[in-house]
Amino acid sequence: MLLQQLINGVALGSTYALIALGYTMVYGIITLINFAHGEIFMAGAFVGLLAVSILKLNIFVAMLLAMVVSMSIGVVIELIAYRPLRRSSRLSALISAIGVSIFLSSLALMIFGADAKGFPSTAFPVRQIKVGEAEISSLQLLIIGISALLMMGLEFIVKKTKIGKAMRATSEDYNTAALMGINVNRVISFTFALGSALAAAGGVLVGVLFNAVSFNMGLMAGLKAFAAAVLGGIGSIPGAMLGGLMLGVTEVLGVAAGFSSYRDAIAFTILVLVLLVKPTGLLGRKIQKKV
Amino acid sequence: MGSFLHDIVANADPYFLQILVNIGIAIILALGLNVITGLTGQLSLGHAAFMSVGAFASAILTIKTGLPFTLNLILAGGISAMAGLLIGYPILRLTGDYLAICTLGFAEIVKVVFLNLEITNKALGLTVPPAKTSFPMPVIVWICAILAIVAITFLQNSRFGRALKAIRDDEIAAESMGINLTRYKLSSFALGTFLAGAGGSLYAHFLSYINPSDFSFLKSVDILSMIVLGGLGSVPGAVIGATVLAAAPEFLRFMSQYRMLVYGALLVFLMVFRPNGLLGGVNFVDLVLRKMGKKPHIPLAGEREGGR
Repeated sequence: MLLQQLINGVALGSTYALIALGYTMVYGIITLINFAHGEIFMAGAFVGLLAVSILKLNIFVAMLLAMVVSMSIGVVIELIAYRPLRRSSRLSALISAIGVSIFLSSLALMIFGADAKGFPSTAFPVRQIKVGEAEISSLQLLIIGISALLMMGLEFIVKKTKIGKAMRATSEDYNTAALMGINVNRVISFTFALGSALAAAGGVLVGVLFNAVSFNMGLMAGLKAFAAAVLGGIGSIPGAMLGGLMLGVTEVLGVAAGFSSYRDAIAFTILVLVLLVKPTGLLGRKIQKKV
Repeated sequence: MGSFLHDIVANADPYFLQILVNIGIAIILALGLNVITGLTGQLSLGHAAFMSVGAFASAILTIKTGLPFTLNLILAGGISAMAGLLIGYPILRLTGDYLAICTLGFAEIVKVVFLNLEITNKALGLTVPPAKTSFPMPVIVWICAILAIVAITFLQNSRFGRALKAIRDDEIAAESMGINLTRYKLSSFALGTFLAGAGGSLYAHFLSYINPSDFSFLKSVDILSMIVLGGLGSVPGAVIGATVLAAAPEFLRFMSQYRMLVYGALLVFLMVFRPNGLLGGVNFVDLVLRKMGKKPHIPLAGEREGGR
C-alpha cells in the first residue's frame, strides 16, 4: 500500500519537477517569477493532444512536437513581454508575466472551449505490472522514465556544454558574464527555450496521466511547481527536482491519509513550514547581504 | 439624513452604482496592499486571503450577533489584521520572493480551509443578511474609501510612513538608523490587512453573497496589478489604478468573450510602455509648484527609478 502510494507520488512529483525546472532556471538568470510558465505547460499539453488526436502521431513524436512548439512560444514571450522590461523594476516584469498568463489561458479558452479534453485511449496502451503488493501502470513508469531522462539531459546541457557554462556564468553574475563576451540575450532565450520544452513534456505527460487537458490546468500546476521550486531553493536545479518529488509524494500520501478535500493546501502547507525552518529552501544558497 | 441618502441611491442607475461601489472597494483594497508592497516593499501575493477573512468574519458576525455595521466593519478589519499579524510574524523574516510565495501559499490554504469549514458553509458560500445601518451601502463604501485615502496620504509623510519607505529602500541602512524592522514591517502588514478585511466586509454586505472561491489567487493578482499599474507607493496612483482596473471589465464588456484576452494583453502593453506605472515617478506637489514657476525641478538621487 505504502509502496503503491510512493510510486503514485513519484510519478506526480516528477511532472511537478519538470515544470519547476523552468521556473528555477529563469529565476536563476533574470530573477523573474515567470508566471506564464504554467500556461506554457498548458500549451504543451494542447499541442500534444492535437498532434495525437488530429495528426494521429505517436505519443512520443507528439511530445517532441509539443516541446518544439512550446520552445518557440517561450522564446517569443520573453522577447515581447520580458526583454523590454529587463532594466525596470522586477514588479513590472512580474505584472507583465501575469498579463501573459491571463492572455494565454483566455486564448486557450476561446480556441478549445471550457471543458476538459481527453487523450484518445489508443494514445498510450496502459498495462498494469505487479511488483510485490503494488500495481504499477506502464504509464507511471513512462512518466518517471521520461522525466529522469529529460533531467539527465538537462544536467548534461548545463554542466558539460558551452552554452550550459554560459548559463551558469550568467546566473552567477549577469553583468560580469556580459563583460566576458557572453551573449546574454542568447543565453536568456536559450534558458526560456529549455524551460518551456521541459514544461511542455510535463504537460503532455500530465495530460495522459489524468486524461484531461483544459485551459485552466496551468494555474494550479504552475503554482504548485513554483512552490516546488521555492521549496528546493529557487535558482537551484537539483533543488527543483527534489522539491517537485517531495511535493508530489506528500500530496499523494496526504490524499491517501484522507485529506483529499485539502489536496491543494497540502503542497503549500509543506512549503510554508519548510520556509519557516530554512528560509532559502532546502538546497538554496544562503544569500549574504553586503552593505 | 439616512432616508435622504436612501432616496438618492434608489434613484441612481443600479448598473452605474455597481461600478461605483466596485471602484470604492477596489480603492480600499489597493491602498491596503499599497502600504505593504508599495511603501514597505514587501511583495504580497495573498491580499485576497485577508479580504476573504474579513468578508467571512463580518458575514458571520452579522448572522450570529447582529452588531451595528460600523462596529462589525471595524471588528472584521481587526480580525483580518490579527490574521495578518499571526501569519506575518513568522514569515516577515523571509525576504523578497520567498515572502511572496509564502503569502501566496497562505492564501491558497485559507481558500481551501474555508471551502471545507462548516461555519463558512463549505463550497456553497454564505448568503449575507443586510447590514444593520441606516446608511445605504454605496454611501458607506465611499465614506470608507475617502477615509482610507485621507489616512494613507497622511500616513505616507508621517514618521511611521518615512520609516516604512526607509525599509523599502534599504533594510540594512534602515536598521542601522535605529528602525526596528520587525515592528515596522508587522505594523505595516497589520494596517494593510486591516484595510483588506474592511474591504472584504464591505464587499460581503454589498453583494450579500460570498464564496471562498471568489478570493482566489487571481483576485490577489488583480489588486497587485492595480497598484503596480498606478505606480507603486503612490496614493493617487493606487486610486487611479484601482479605478481603471475595477472599471475596465465593464468597459471591455462589449467585447464579451475577448475581455480577458484584451485585459491580459493590456497589462503587458502598459507595463512595457509605462514600466513604473501610469503615475510612477510623478511627484504631484513638485508638478504643481513647477507649473506655478515656484521651484526648479531637481531630481533627487534614485528618484528616477521610482518604486522598487
